[in-house]
Amino acid sequence: MTSHGPTAAERFINGILPENPVYRQLLGMCPTLAVTGAMEPAMTMAGATAFVLICANVIVSLIRGLLRPHLRILIFTLTIATFVTIADRVLAAYLYQMSKQLGPYVPLIIVNCVIISRCEICASKQSVGVALADAVGMSIGFALGLASIATVREILGSGTWFGCELLSRLNWPNWGIMVLPPGAFFTLGLLLALAEWIGQRRKGY
Amino acid sequence: MSTTGNQGGYIGQAWLVILLALLYGGALAGVQTTLGPRIEQNKENETYDRIPELVPGADRNETEKVNKAKRLTVTGADGKGHRVFLAVAADRAPKGWVVPASGLGFADRIDLLIGLDKQLSKITGLYVLDQKETPGLGDEIRREPFRKQFGGKPTDEPLVVVKTEPAAGSQIVAVTGATISSDSVAQIVNQAIANLKGPIRELGTTPQGVTTEVTAEDAEVHGGSRP
Repeated sequence: MTSHGPTAAERFINGILPENPVYRQLLGMCPTLAVTGAMEPAMTMAGATAFVLICANVIVSLIRGLLRPHLRILIFTLTIATFVTIADRVLAAYLYQMSKQLGPYVPLIIVNCVIISRCEICASKQSVGVALADAVGMSIGFALGLASIATVREILGSGTWFGCELLSRLNWPNWGIMVLPPGAFFTLGLLLALAEWIGQRRKGY
Repeated sequence: MSTTGNQGGYIGQAWLVILLALLYGGALAGVQTTLGPRIEQNKENETYDRIPELVPGADRNETEKVNKAKRLTVTGADGKGHRVFLAVAADRAPKGWVVPASGLGFADRIDLLIGLDKQLSKITGLYVLDQKETPGLGDEIRREPFRKQFGGKPTDEPLVVVKTEPAAGSQIVAVTGATISSDSVAQIVNQAIANLKGPIRELGTTPQGVTTEVTAEDAEVHGGSRP
């Protein structure tokens, strides 16, 4: 079975910036807005999502020859749900406080469209190597998206980054709103505008 | 196509789904068997961490030692066994009880820890161990302003949730916009108290097995400094 479409390297690169899940595809907005109040939960979420995305992409690619068109979504969901449950249990066992802090957002990875869209667009049509490269690229892209928002929100909202004091010497008046839900929308909107503006400039408009 | 061909077709089409469901189910059972005890241990440690807050005067480490040496379970009015924790002070004087309780909230199960005084006449504290209520509304039940209302409430009459302040007697003011979550918490507390108050009282403040085993273990730890 010859695979058509982008090569592994193209898939990998595309996921990071050209087709960044957060800034270019606007997928996975729920965790993007909900758990980016600080770097630690954002990176835990990025790690859990990467685990699910990589496993789901590899499994779906392995069984792509057996998929029936009308049953494929069911199989994607079944596969994703299984790995999300594993991620959820592992977090509860080894990162208990973080698992409590993330609460329902770990089980909600099941409905993160980044994952099901990669199964549909790439893994169900291309070889395991390409699917793996695609999953890793997209995971890095998603992690960068979450990290950029969490960085802005944590520094401005709490004066810290990954829990380390950064702005305490400046007597920074922590902008409480940045760690609250409205801060997530402000930050995402402004960063999206910035990404779009850079993209337009590079195209030469 | 004939009927038989069609039926063969169903299995023919769905075999992969069935096979995957079985495989995934097996994998999840394996994960749960491996990690389940560790997750339970995490929850138990968190219970011990919260004991000084739930029962005034109780000591975390001594309470852990006492309850690890003797696992206390009571048979509730519902006929089921329930784990309870005897909270003790640093000198091992009994201070009260911590009762884990759970029930259905607005979204999913809510797990609570209820602190009770030695005589089981008053609630001394409440802690939300686990919940998946609506972020920003229902999950306010975790926060101090809601939880601290339970402290000092009598156990001889059921708690009632009201929407407006002030709350008198056994009334609890609901979290704004989360009446169902608030009500669920109050109901879980009411049920746990109704279910377990009698059986715990039967255990007595120094339940059988606790004093002797603790003393023996204590003698070992402190080189026989205690009788």
